[in-house]
Amino acid sequence: MQHGSDNALVGDMLRRHGVSRRAFIKFCTAAASAMALQPWMGPAMAEQLRLAPRPSVVYLSFQECTGCFESFTRSFAPTIENLIFNVISLDYDDTLMAAAGDAADTALTQAMKANFGKYVLIIDGSVPTGAGGAYCTAGGKSAVETLREAAKGAAVIICVGTCSSFGGIPFADPNPTDAWPVTAIVGDKPIINVSGCPPIPEVITGTLLQYVTTGRLPDLDEHRRPKAFFGNTIHDRCYRRPFYDEGKFAKSFDDEGARNGWCLYELGCKGPTTYNACATVKWNGGTSFPIESGHGCIGCSEPGFWDKGSLYSALSTAEWEKSGNSSPRQVLELSAGAVAVGGVIGVASAGAGRLRQYRSEHPLDVEQEEG
Amino acid sequence: MDLLSFARGLGLKIAIAVFCMGVAWRILAFALLKIRRDFNRPREPILKYLLGGLITVGSRSWPHREFIGRTGAGEALGYSYHLGLFAVVLLFTPHIIFLGSLFGVTWPGLPSSIITIISVLTLTLFLAVLFRRVTNHVMRMLSNFDDYFSWFITMLVLVTGLAATAHVGARYETLLAVHILSVDALLIWFPFGKLMHAFYIFPSRAINGALLARKGATS
Repeated sequence: MQHGSDNALVGDMLRRHGVSRRAFIKFCTAAASAMALQPWMGPAMAEQLRLAPRPSVVYLSFQECTGCFESFTRSFAPTIENLIFNVISLDYDDTLMAAAGDAADTALTQAMKANFGKYVLIIDGSVPTGAGGAYCTAGGKSAVETLREAAKGAAVIICVGTCSSFGGIPFADPNPTDAWPVTAIVGDKPIINVSGCPPIPEVITGTLLQYVTTGRLPDLDEHRRPKAFFGNTIHDRCYRRPFYDEGKFAKSFDDEGARNGWCLYELGCKGPTTYNACATVKWNGGTSFPIESGHGCIGCSEPGFWDKGSLYSALSTAEWEKSGNSSPRQVLELSAGAVAVGGVIGVASAGAGRLRQYRSEHPLDVEQEEG
Repeated sequence: MDLLSFARGLGLKIAIAVFCMGVAWRILAFALLKIRRDFNRPREPILKYLLGGLITVGSRSWPHREFIGRTGAGEALGYSYHLGLFAVVLLFTPHIIFLGSLFGVTWPGLPSSIITIISVLTLTLFLAVLFRRVTNHVMRMLSNFDDYFSWFITMLVLVTGLAATAHVGARYETLLAVHILSVDALLIWFPFGKLMHAFYIFPSRAINGALLARKGATS
């Protein structure tokens, strides 16, 4: 595994911070479990990680709201997420670092130079390319320039959040900044997408940890997301699923069904088409997730989620317009127009039929007319 | 635009437009055809032969006593899968939500598990109907591409719907998109194939019955 800036082993760092072997194995077992690995992978992961050099991580934020970073750093001290920050060498992060201006730029250049070809590049936010990249610049460089430069020396790129993974909200129609996901800009590097708006902290750290431990990319789905976390839909693992099967649905957010915890499908829950670990890993240290709090899933870890109609329209509704579902009036207008066209064709068709009928019944009249 | 957005957006719009246009076309082209005048004096007053038409709609919808042994099973099969289809289309909650988004009216549905059972039974009946059509010599001779394609497209809607509910074969959104696309295809095919019997069956029975009643015959 690649070395971070101070070349310390993870084990040394843990000892220095007073983390016991037992606590560390517990952490690795929990991480292995979250990644759906075999139970024996926990201790093996701990051993591998203990002897691994701390990998250098460069974290770049582009067109984003910092929600993903908030999620990444969200910790319940002393929690396992804090530990993660001790086992990697976070060499550059413009949100966390104290340095600013030229000092920050120098830190980035140094980190990339010292670990060229080895560092983990984490990208947060989409990359705006409109107006020559002027919508997102730092130190006189556009996001697209910085990304291309940083990607050259990266061993792997981890896109944290839906914006860097799929473009997210900046990419949504009409995309005024001509924003793109990282995959549209960088084509020659291994890329892992950890989507979500924001992603679950344990999913970010778990993905990072798996790469650090094994040195390999995890199994990815067709959207380059780790299957361990994005292999199932929210709906498949939702505790409200039995109510869906029973046909019990909340009709509004404060009706009896909602109070009884019935399925939120009719209220627009996108759980059936959303792949994420919210229903299993959950949020805030495993406390809850949006559906448990009474709101349907908005499908934030899926590509183009913002442009897929209303967040409050059920999945099976007709998506008549980009902004939402159909209305009976629109259906009536379309049907009336189509019936009118069909009516004209029908009348013409019947007229032609009558003419044929007349000609077959009065052949002599027809001959006289033609003669 | 992804497949699901197309299926329930533009694809559905096109399908509804073609369906409405085709149905209006076929009905008007049929209704406005010249009917030969019957110069015979009617045996019954006009109200009676109109009533005869209505009675025929009912009497032809039930097996005739004399033929019940030969046609009863076929009619039972026909009724069963039609009722199964109606139950699946009209009483499955996601379908109700779908229809509600189009027409603004909703109604209570059945539990998904019951709908799944009805769907599987309907599917079995569909296969039985095809088996009967293929193995019965007369029916086979009477059948053409239209019969088989109409069967296929209705079956496709049922199978893709079951697959989407059971999450079998692909990701849910893909299955849902394929299911809605199959509905779009059915709507487009509907006016031009034998599925149009949904609109023709009762008027044609009524017209036949009325014409017979005019001559003083019962049917």
